[in-house]
Amino acid sequence: MPMIEIKDVSKAYGAFQVLRHCTTSVDKGEVVVVCGPSGSGKSTLIKTVNGLEPFQTGNIIVDGVSLADKATDLPKLRARVGMVFQNFELFPHLSIVDNLCLAQQKVLGRDRPAAEAKAHALLARVGLPEQADKFPGQLSGGQQQRVAIARALAMDPIAMLFDEPTSALDPEMVSEVLDVMVALAKEGMTMMVVTHEMGFARKVADRVIFMDKGEIVEDAKKADFFGNTRNPRAQAFLSKILQH
Amino acid sequence: MGGFDFDVIQRSLPYLFYEGMAFTLQLTLIATLGGVALGTVLALMRLSGQGALAGFANAYTTLFRSLPLVLVIFWCYFLLPYIGAWLTGADRPIKVGAFNSTVITFTLFEAAFFAEIMRAGIQSIPRGQAAAGYALGLTYSQVMGRIVLPQAFRNMLPVLLTQTIVLFQDTSLVYVISLTDFLGAASKIAQRDGRLVEMYVFAALVYFVISFALSQLVRTLQARFAVKR
Repeated sequence: MPMIEIKDVSKAYGAFQVLRHCTTSVDKGEVVVVCGPSGSGKSTLIKTVNGLEPFQTGNIIVDGVSLADKATDLPKLRARVGMVFQNFELFPHLSIVDNLCLAQQKVLGRDRPAAEAKAHALLARVGLPEQADKFPGQLSGGQQQRVAIARALAMDPIAMLFDEPTSALDPEMVSEVLDVMVALAKEGMTMMVVTHEMGFARKVADRVIFMDKGEIVEDAKKADFFGNTRNPRAQAFLSKILQH
Repeated sequence: MGGFDFDVIQRSLPYLFYEGMAFTLQLTLIATLGGVALGTVLALMRLSGQGALAGFANAYTTLFRSLPLVLVIFWCYFLLPYIGAWLTGADRPIKVGAFNSTVITFTLFEAAFFAEIMRAGIQSIPRGQAAAGYALGLTYSQVMGRIVLPQAFRNMLPVLLTQTIVLFQDTSLVYVISLTDFLGAASKIAQRDGRLVEMYVFAALVYFVISFALSQLVRTLQARFAVKR
Protein backbone atom coordinates (compact mmCIF):
# COMPACT_ATOMS: atom_id res chain seq x y z
CA MET A 1 0.00 0.00 0.00
CA PRO A 2 1.43 3.41 -0.94
CA MET A 3 2.20 5.89 1.83
CA ILE A 4 0.59 8.77 -0.07
CA GLU A 5 -2.11 8.17 -2.66
CA ILE A 6 -3.46 11.06 -4.72
CA LYS A 7 -6.57 10.01 -6.65
CA ASP A 8 -8.10 12.17 -9.35
CA VAL A 9 -7.72 15.41 -7.36
CA SER A 10 -9.10 18.62 -8.85
CA LYS A 11 -9.25 22.12 -7.42
CA ALA A 12 -10.44 25.46 -8.77
CA TYR A 13 -10.37 29.02 -7.52
CA GLY A 14 -13.57 30.27 -9.13
CA ALA A 15 -13.12 29.77 -12.85
CA PHE A 16 -9.36 29.14 -12.55
CA GLN A 17 -8.51 25.46 -12.52
CA VAL A 18 -5.44 24.95 -10.31
CA LEU A 19 -5.39 21.16 -10.30
CA ARG A 20 -6.86 18.91 -12.99
CA HIS A 21 -7.47 15.26 -12.22
CA CYS A 22 -4.12 14.66 -10.56
CA THR A 23 -3.38 11.03 -9.79
CA THR A 24 -0.15 9.64 -8.42
CA SER A 25 1.26 7.92 -5.38
CA VAL A 26 4.36 7.77 -3.22
CA ASP A 27 5.49 4.48 -1.69
CA LYS A 28 7.11 4.10 1.68
CA GLY A 29 10.74 5.14 1.43
CA GLU A 30 10.28 6.60 -2.04
CA VAL A 31 11.58 10.03 -3.04
CA VAL A 32 9.42 11.80 -5.61
CA VAL A 33 10.43 15.11 -7.14
CA VAL A 34 7.68 17.37 -8.49
CA CYS A 35 8.74 19.97 -11.04
CA GLY A 36 7.16 22.22 -13.59
CA PRO A 37 6.88 25.86 -14.61
CA SER A 38 5.61 28.39 -12.07
CA GLY A 39 1.85 28.40 -11.81
CA SER A 40 1.67 24.75 -12.80
CA GLY A 41 0.04 23.80 -9.49
CA LYS A 42 2.93 21.84 -8.00
CA SER A 43 2.96 23.78 -4.70
CA THR A 44 -0.80 23.53 -4.48
CA LEU A 45 -0.62 19.78 -5.05
CA ILE A 46 1.92 19.19 -2.30
CA LYS A 47 -0.10 21.33 0.11
CA THR A 48 -3.21 19.25 -0.50
CA VAL A 49 -1.35 16.22 0.85
CA ASN A 50 -1.46 17.51 4.45
CA GLY A 51 -4.72 19.37 4.07
CA LEU A 52 -3.27 22.88 4.00
CA GLU A 53 -5.00 23.35 0.65
CA PRO A 54 -8.50 21.95 0.38
CA PHE A 55 -9.52 20.28 -2.87
CA GLN A 56 -12.94 19.89 -4.39
CA THR A 57 -13.02 16.49 -6.02
CA GLY A 58 -11.03 13.30 -5.78
CA ASN A 59 -9.32 11.96 -2.68
CA ILE A 60 -5.95 11.78 -1.00
CA ILE A 61 -5.07 8.94 1.32
CA VAL A 62 -2.08 9.28 3.61
CA ASP A 63 -1.09 6.12 5.46
CA GLY A 64 -4.67 4.89 5.20
CA VAL A 65 -6.27 8.17 6.32
CA SER A 66 -8.65 9.79 3.84
CA LEU A 67 -8.43 13.57 3.52
CA ALA A 68 -11.76 13.85 1.68
CA ASP A 69 -13.46 12.39 4.75
CA LYS A 70 -14.87 15.31 6.74
CA ALA A 71 -14.43 13.34 9.96
CA THR A 72 -10.65 13.12 9.52
CA ASP A 73 -8.73 14.74 12.36
CA LEU A 74 -6.52 17.05 10.27
CA PRO A 75 -4.21 18.25 13.09
CA LYS A 76 -3.52 14.63 13.99
CA LEU A 77 -2.68 13.76 10.39
CA ARG A 78 -0.52 16.86 9.91
CA ALA A 79 1.46 16.04 13.04
CA ARG A 80 2.62 12.88 11.23
CA VAL A 81 3.55 14.53 7.93
CA GLY A 82 6.46 16.97 8.03
CA MET A 83 6.43 20.03 5.82
CA VAL A 84 9.21 22.43 4.83
CA PHE A 85 8.27 25.77 3.26
CA GLN A 86 9.91 27.98 0.69
CA ASN A 87 10.23 30.85 3.19
CA PHE A 88 11.31 28.65 6.14
CA GLU A 89 8.51 30.00 8.34
CA LEU A 90 10.39 29.61 11.58
CA PHE A 91 8.57 31.39 14.39
CA PRO A 92 10.59 34.60 14.81
CA HIS A 93 9.44 35.28 18.39
CA LEU A 94 10.71 31.92 19.62
CA SER A 95 14.28 30.73 20.07
CA ILE A 96 15.52 27.93 17.83
CA VAL A 97 15.07 25.32 20.55
CA ASP A 98 11.54 26.61 21.30
CA ASN A 99 10.75 26.41 17.59
CA LEU A 100 11.65 22.73 17.75
CA CYS A 101 9.93 22.05 21.08
CA LEU A 102 6.57 23.83 20.64
CA ALA A 103 4.71 21.17 18.66
CA GLN A 104 6.52 18.29 20.37
CA GLN A 105 5.10 19.48 23.68
CA LYS A 106 1.71 20.81 22.55
CA VAL A 107 0.85 18.16 19.98
CA LEU A 108 2.78 15.04 20.98
CA GLY A 109 2.63 15.78 24.70
CA ARG A 110 6.34 15.22 25.26
CA ASP A 111 7.74 16.73 28.42
CA ARG A 112 10.24 19.57 28.15
CA PRO A 113 13.43 17.55 28.81
CA ALA A 114 12.48 14.94 26.21
CA ALA A 115 11.56 17.60 23.65
CA GLU A 116 14.79 19.48 24.27
CA ALA A 117 16.89 16.34 23.98
CA LYS A 118 15.22 15.57 20.66
CA ALA A 119 15.72 19.18 19.52
CA HIS A 120 19.44 19.18 20.34
CA ALA A 121 19.97 15.83 18.64
CA LEU A 122 18.25 17.05 15.46
CA LEU A 123 20.10 20.37 15.46
CA ALA A 124 23.34 18.41 15.61
CA ARG A 125 22.12 16.24 12.75
CA VAL A 126 21.48 19.24 10.49
CA GLY A 127 24.86 20.66 11.45
CA LEU A 128 23.72 23.43 13.80
CA PRO A 129 24.48 22.18 17.31
CA GLU A 130 25.53 25.61 18.60
CA GLN A 131 22.49 27.62 17.52
CA ALA A 132 19.81 26.35 19.92
CA ASP A 133 19.48 29.53 21.97
CA LYS A 134 19.59 31.99 19.10
CA PHE A 135 16.57 33.47 17.38
CA PRO A 136 15.67 32.80 13.74
CA GLY A 137 16.53 36.38 12.73
CA GLN A 138 20.14 35.78 13.77
CA LEU A 139 20.60 32.87 11.36
CA SER A 140 21.34 32.83 7.64
CA GLY A 141 18.71 31.60 5.22
CA GLY A 142 20.42 28.25 4.77
CA GLN A 143 20.68 27.78 8.52
CA GLN A 144 17.02 28.74 8.99
CA GLN A 145 15.93 26.21 6.42
CA ARG A 146 17.98 23.48 8.10
CA VAL A 147 16.33 24.39 11.41
CA ALA A 148 12.94 24.17 9.66
CA ILE A 149 13.81 20.65 8.49
CA ALA A 150 14.87 19.73 12.03
CA ARG A 151 11.60 21.18 13.37
CA ALA A 152 9.60 18.95 11.03
CA LEU A 153 11.72 15.90 11.89
CA ALA A 154 11.17 16.49 15.61
CA MET A 155 7.63 15.19 15.12
CA ASP A 156 8.95 11.80 13.90
CA PRO A 157 7.07 12.14 10.61
CA ILE A 158 6.09 9.19 8.43
CA ALA A 159 6.74 11.34 5.34
CA MET A 160 8.22 14.75 4.51
CA LEU A 161 6.87 17.33 2.09
CA PHE A 162 9.21 20.00 0.72
CA ASP A 163 7.74 23.03 -1.05
CA GLU A 164 10.56 24.64 -3.04
CA PRO A 165 12.92 24.45 -0.06
CA THR A 166 15.82 26.16 -1.80
CA SER A 167 14.05 28.76 -3.95
CA ALA A 168 14.37 31.59 -1.43
CA LEU A 169 18.03 30.91 -0.68
CA ASP A 170 21.14 32.67 -1.87
CA PRO A 171 22.98 30.34 -4.29
CA GLU A 172 25.85 29.63 -1.91
CA MET A 173 23.42 28.29 0.69
CA VAL A 174 21.53 25.89 -1.53
CA SER A 175 23.93 23.01 -1.15
CA GLU A 176 23.94 22.98 2.67
CA VAL A 177 20.18 22.47 2.59
CA LEU A 178 20.30 19.92 -0.23
CA ASP A 179 22.98 17.94 1.65
CA VAL A 180 20.61 17.55 4.60
CA MET A 181 17.81 16.45 2.25
CA VAL A 182 20.05 13.97 0.44
CA ALA A 183 21.08 12.44 3.76
CA LEU A 184 17.44 12.18 4.75
CA ALA A 185 16.54 10.49 1.46
CA LYS A 186 19.36 8.00 1.87
CA GLU A 187 18.10 7.09 5.34
CA GLY A 188 14.88 5.96 3.69
CA MET A 189 12.55 8.87 4.49
CA THR A 190 9.45 9.02 2.30
CA MET A 191 9.73 12.37 0.54
CA MET A 192 7.73 14.48 -1.87
CA VAL A 193 9.82 17.41 -3.05
CA VAL A 194 8.75 20.35 -5.18
CA THR A 195 12.01 21.70 -6.59
CA HIS A 196 13.83 22.87 -9.66
CA GLU A 197 17.09 21.39 -8.38
CA MET A 198 17.55 18.74 -11.05
CA GLY A 199 20.90 17.77 -9.54
CA PHE A 200 19.04 16.74 -6.41
CA ALA A 201 16.49 14.83 -8.48
CA ARG A 202 19.27 13.01 -10.36
CA LYS A 203 21.02 12.10 -7.14
CA VAL A 204 18.22 10.78 -4.94
CA ALA A 205 14.83 10.82 -6.65
CA ASP A 206 13.13 7.54 -7.46
CA ARG A 207 10.52 9.21 -9.64
CA VAL A 208 9.97 12.60 -11.21
CA ILE A 209 6.55 14.15 -11.74
CA PHE A 210 6.24 16.97 -14.23
CA MET A 211 3.24 19.30 -13.94
CA ASP A 212 1.90 21.91 -16.30
CA LYS A 213 -1.31 23.96 -16.07
CA GLY A 214 -2.55 21.96 -13.09
CA GLU A 215 -2.05 18.62 -14.77
CA ILE A 216 0.41 15.82 -14.10
CA VAL A 217 1.72 15.41 -17.64
CA GLU A 218 4.63 13.11 -16.85
CA ASP A 219 5.14 10.68 -13.99
CA ALA A 220 8.19 8.55 -14.67
CA LYS A 221 11.10 6.73 -13.12
CA LYS A 222 14.07 9.04 -12.80
CA ALA A 223 16.08 7.32 -15.53
CA ASP A 224 13.18 7.49 -17.96
CA PHE A 225 12.44 11.12 -17.16
CA PHE A 226 15.97 12.37 -17.70
CA GLY A 227 16.81 9.82 -20.38
CA ASN A 228 13.97 9.94 -22.81
CA THR A 229 10.88 11.82 -21.75
CA ARG A 230 8.40 11.68 -24.59
CA ASN A 231 6.33 14.58 -23.41
CA PRO A 232 7.06 17.72 -25.48
CA ARG A 233 6.18 20.12 -22.62
CA ALA A 234 8.47 18.28 -20.21
CA GLN A 235 11.20 18.26 -22.85
CA ALA A 236 10.87 22.00 -23.37
CA PHE A 237 10.97 22.61 -19.62
CA LEU A 238 14.00 20.39 -19.11
CA SER A 239 15.93 21.96 -21.96
CA LYS A 240 15.27 25.39 -20.47
CA ILE A 241 16.39 24.66 -16.94
CA LEU A 242 19.28 22.40 -17.92
CA GLN A 243 20.67 24.86 -20.47
CA HIS A 244 23.13 26.48 -18.10
CA MET B 1 3.30 85.70 42.25
CA GLY B 2 0.54 88.14 43.15
CA GLY B 3 -2.89 86.62 42.64
CA PHE B 4 -1.86 82.98 42.38
CA ASP B 5 -2.27 80.63 45.30
CA PHE B 6 -0.36 77.44 44.75
CA ASP B 7 -0.96 76.28 48.29
CA VAL B 8 -4.37 75.10 47.25
CA ILE B 9 -2.73 72.43 45.15
CA GLN B 10 -0.60 71.15 47.95
CA ARG B 11 -3.54 71.10 50.33
CA SER B 12 -5.66 69.10 47.92
CA LEU B 13 -2.99 66.65 46.72
CA PRO B 14 -4.26 63.67 48.77
CA TYR B 15 -7.80 64.16 47.48
CA LEU B 16 -6.65 64.73 43.89
CA PHE B 17 -4.49 61.61 43.76
CA TYR B 18 -6.02 59.14 46.20
CA GLU B 19 -9.54 59.82 45.00
CA GLY B 20 -9.28 61.30 41.54
CA MET B 21 -6.16 59.78 40.01
CA ALA B 22 -6.80 56.40 41.63
CA PHE B 23 -10.13 56.26 39.84
CA THR B 24 -8.67 57.45 36.54
CA LEU B 25 -5.89 54.85 36.59
CA GLN B 26 -8.21 52.08 37.72
CA LEU B 27 -10.64 52.79 34.90
CA THR B 28 -7.82 53.11 32.35
CA LEU B 29 -6.27 49.81 33.42
CA ILE B 30 -9.48 47.77 33.53
CA ALA B 31 -10.80 49.20 30.25
CA THR B 32 -7.44 48.58 28.53
CA LEU B 33 -7.17 44.97 29.67
CA GLY B 34 -10.85 44.25 29.05
CA GLY B 35 -10.84 46.16 25.78
CA VAL B 36 -7.76 44.37 24.43
CA ALA B 37 -9.17 40.97 25.41
CA LEU B 38 -12.60 41.64 23.91
CA GLY B 39 -11.05 43.45 20.95
CA THR B 40 -8.83 40.45 20.19
CA VAL B 41 -11.84 38.15 20.22
CA LEU B 42 -13.68 40.55 17.90
CA ALA B 43 -10.67 40.70 15.57
CA LEU B 44 -10.50 36.89 15.44
CA MET B 45 -14.24 36.77 14.71
CA ARG B 46 -13.84 39.35 11.98
CA LEU B 47 -11.05 37.33 10.35
CA SER B 48 -12.65 33.93 10.94
CA GLY B 49 -14.23 33.78 7.49
CA GLN B 50 -17.48 32.66 9.17
CA GLY B 51 -20.20 34.93 7.82
CA ALA B 52 -22.25 35.39 10.98
CA LEU B 53 -19.28 35.90 13.33
CA ALA B 54 -17.51 38.27 10.97
CA GLY B 55 -20.72 40.19 10.36
CA PHE B 56 -21.36 40.62 14.09
CA ALA B 57 -17.81 41.81 14.75
CA ASN B 58 -17.97 44.17 11.81
CA ALA B 59 -21.30 45.64 12.95
CA TYR B 60 -20.01 45.99 16.51
CA THR B 61 -16.86 47.90 15.60
CA THR B 62 -18.67 50.07 13.06
CA LEU B 63 -21.38 50.96 15.58
CA PHE B 64 -19.10 51.95 18.45
CA ARG B 65 -16.66 53.79 16.21
CA SER B 66 -19.52 55.88 14.87
CA LEU B 67 -20.84 57.08 18.24
CA PRO B 68 -19.42 59.80 20.50
CA LEU B 69 -18.08 58.32 23.73
CA VAL B 70 -20.09 60.77 25.87
CA LEU B 71 -23.28 59.53 24.29
CA VAL B 72 -22.36 55.91 24.98
CA ILE B 73 -21.53 56.72 28.60
CA PHE B 74 -24.96 58.30 29.09
CA TRP B 75 -26.69 55.60 27.20
CA CYS B 76 -25.17 52.75 29.18
CA TYR B 77 -25.68 54.54 32.47
CA PHE B 78 -29.40 54.85 31.91
CA LEU B 79 -30.05 51.65 29.98
CA LEU B 80 -27.77 49.03 31.59
CA PRO B 81 -30.11 48.59 34.61
CA TYR B 82 -32.97 47.79 32.22
CA ILE B 83 -30.85 45.54 29.99
CA GLY B 84 -29.61 43.77 33.12
CA ALA B 85 -33.18 43.27 34.29
CA TRP B 86 -34.17 41.89 30.90
CA LEU B 87 -31.19 39.50 30.85
CA THR B 88 -31.75 38.21 34.37
CA GLY B 89 -35.52 38.22 34.13
CA ALA B 90 -35.85 40.52 37.13
CA ASP B 91 -39.04 42.55 37.32
CA ARG B 92 -37.37 45.82 38.17
CA PRO B 93 -34.22 47.55 36.86
CA ILE B 94 -31.14 46.04 38.49
CA LYS B 95 -28.66 48.17 40.37
CA VAL B 96 -25.51 48.62 38.27
CA GLY B 97 -23.99 51.71 39.80
CA ALA B 98 -22.10 54.52 38.12
CA PHE B 99 -18.66 52.91 38.50
CA ASN B 100 -19.64 49.51 37.09
CA SER B 101 -21.59 51.17 34.33
CA THR B 102 -18.53 53.23 33.40
CA VAL B 103 -16.19 50.24 33.44
CA ILE B 104 -18.56 48.32 31.17
CA THR B 105 -18.99 51.29 28.85
CA PHE B 106 -15.30 51.99 28.44
CA THR B 107 -14.47 48.31 27.96
CA LEU B 108 -17.14 47.84 25.30
CA PHE B 109 -16.25 51.10 23.59
CA GLU B 110 -12.49 50.64 23.61
CA ALA B 111 -12.86 47.04 22.41
CA ALA B 112 -14.06 48.39 19.07
CA PHE B 113 -10.84 50.37 18.66
CA PHE B 114 -8.56 47.64 20.00
CA ALA B 115 -10.31 45.20 17.63
CA GLU B 116 -9.25 47.22 14.62
CA ILE B 117 -5.68 47.46 15.95
CA MET B 118 -5.51 43.72 16.59
CA ARG B 119 -7.02 42.97 13.20
CA ALA B 120 -4.24 44.96 11.55
CA GLY B 121 -1.73 43.20 13.80
CA ILE B 122 -2.98 39.73 12.91
CA GLN B 123 -3.03 40.58 9.22
CA SER B 124 0.56 41.83 9.44
CA ILE B 125 1.74 38.28 10.23
CA PRO B 126 2.57 36.38 7.01
CA ARG B 127 0.05 33.62 6.26
CA GLY B 128 2.89 31.13 6.07
CA GLN B 129 3.36 31.45 9.83
CA ALA B 130 -0.09 30.03 10.51
CA ALA B 131 0.42 27.42 7.77
CA ALA B 132 3.67 26.31 9.42
CA GLY B 133 1.82 25.96 12.73
CA TYR B 134 -0.97 23.90 11.20
CA ALA B 135 1.58 21.77 9.34
CA LEU B 136 3.06 20.80 12.71
CA GLY B 137 -0.34 19.58 13.86
CA LEU B 138 -1.26 22.55 16.02
CA THR B 139 -4.95 23.42 16.32
CA TYR B 140 -6.51 26.81 15.46
CA SER B 141 -6.40 28.02 19.05
CA GLN B 142 -2.79 26.86 19.47
CA VAL B 143 -1.75 28.53 16.22
CA MET B 144 -3.42 31.78 17.28
CA GLY B 145 -2.35 31.64 20.92
CA ARG B 146 1.24 30.53 20.40
CA ILE B 147 2.24 31.86 17.00
CA VAL B 148 0.03 34.56 15.50
CA LEU B 149 -1.19 36.59 18.48
CA PRO B 150 2.16 36.85 20.31
CA GLN B 151 3.69 38.30 17.15
CA ALA B 152 0.67 40.51 16.48
CA PHE B 153 0.81 41.92 20.03
CA ARG B 154 4.49 42.73 19.70
CA ASN B 155 4.04 44.41 16.35
CA MET B 156 1.05 46.39 17.60
CA LEU B 157 2.32 47.23 21.08
CA PRO B 158 3.11 50.87 20.21
CA VAL B 159 -0.33 51.41 18.69
CA LEU B 160 -2.06 49.64 21.59
CA LEU B 161 -0.27 51.88 24.08
CA THR B 162 -1.05 54.98 22.07
CA GLN B 163 -4.71 54.01 22.19
CA THR B 164 -4.34 53.54 25.96
CA ILE B 165 -3.01 57.09 26.27
CA VAL B 166 -6.08 58.36 24.42
CA LEU B 167 -8.24 56.26 26.75
CA PHE B 168 -6.43 57.69 29.79
CA GLN B 169 -7.41 61.17 28.66
CA ASP B 170 -10.94 60.16 27.68
CA THR B 171 -11.71 58.87 31.17
CA SER B 172 -12.28 62.51 32.15
CA LEU B 173 -15.61 62.26 30.32
CA VAL B 174 -17.09 60.43 33.32
CA TYR B 175 -17.95 63.84 34.75
CA VAL B 176 -21.17 63.61 32.75
CA ILE B 177 -22.49 60.99 35.15
CA SER B 178 -21.05 62.74 38.20
CA LEU B 179 -18.16 60.39 38.87
CA THR B 180 -15.04 61.97 40.24
CA ASP B 181 -11.93 61.24 38.24
CA PHE B 182 -8.72 63.25 38.44
CA LEU B 183 -10.02 66.15 36.37
CA GLY B 184 -13.33 66.05 38.21
CA ALA B 185 -11.53 66.22 41.55
CA ALA B 186 -9.43 69.16 40.39
CA SER B 187 -12.55 70.83 39.09
CA LYS B 188 -14.37 70.44 42.39
CA ILE B 189 -11.52 72.05 44.36
CA ALA B 190 -11.25 74.77 41.76
CA GLN B 191 -14.92 75.67 42.13
CA ARG B 192 -14.98 75.33 45.89
CA ASP B 193 -11.93 77.54 46.51
CA GLY B 194 -12.37 79.77 43.50
CA ARG B 195 -8.91 78.77 42.22
CA LEU B 196 -9.78 77.84 38.65
CA VAL B 197 -6.52 78.86 36.98
CA GLU B 198 -4.23 77.13 39.46
CA MET B 199 -6.18 73.85 39.50
CA TYR B 200 -6.70 73.60 35.77
CA VAL B 201 -3.07 74.44 35.03
CA PHE B 202 -2.00 71.78 37.50
CA ALA B 203 -4.42 69.22 36.05
CA ALA B 204 -3.14 69.92 32.55
CA LEU B 205 0.41 69.52 33.74
CA VAL B 206 -0.29 66.17 35.37
CA TYR B 207 -2.08 64.82 32.27
CA PHE B 208 0.78 66.03 30.11
CA VAL B 209 3.51 64.48 32.25
CA ILE B 210 1.80 61.10 32.45
CA SER B 211 0.88 61.00 28.75
CA PHE B 212 4.34 62.15 27.74
CA ALA B 213 6.02 59.57 29.95
CA LEU B 214 3.80 56.85 28.46
CA SER B 215 4.58 57.87 24.91
CA GLN B 216 8.31 57.81 25.71
CA LEU B 217 7.75 54.32 27.08
CA VAL B 218 6.09 53.42 23.78
CA ARG B 219 9.25 54.38 21.92
CA THR B 220 11.47 52.33 24.20
CA LEU B 221 9.22 49.29 23.98
CA GLN B 222 8.97 49.64 20.23
CA ALA B 223 12.71 49.21 19.91
CA ARG B 224 12.89 46.38 22.42
CA PHE B 225 9.91 44.26 21.39
CA ALA B 226 9.91 44.48 17.63
CA VAL B 227 10.05 40.94 16.25
CA LYS B 228 13.21 40.57 14.24
CA ARG B 229 12.82 38.55 11.07
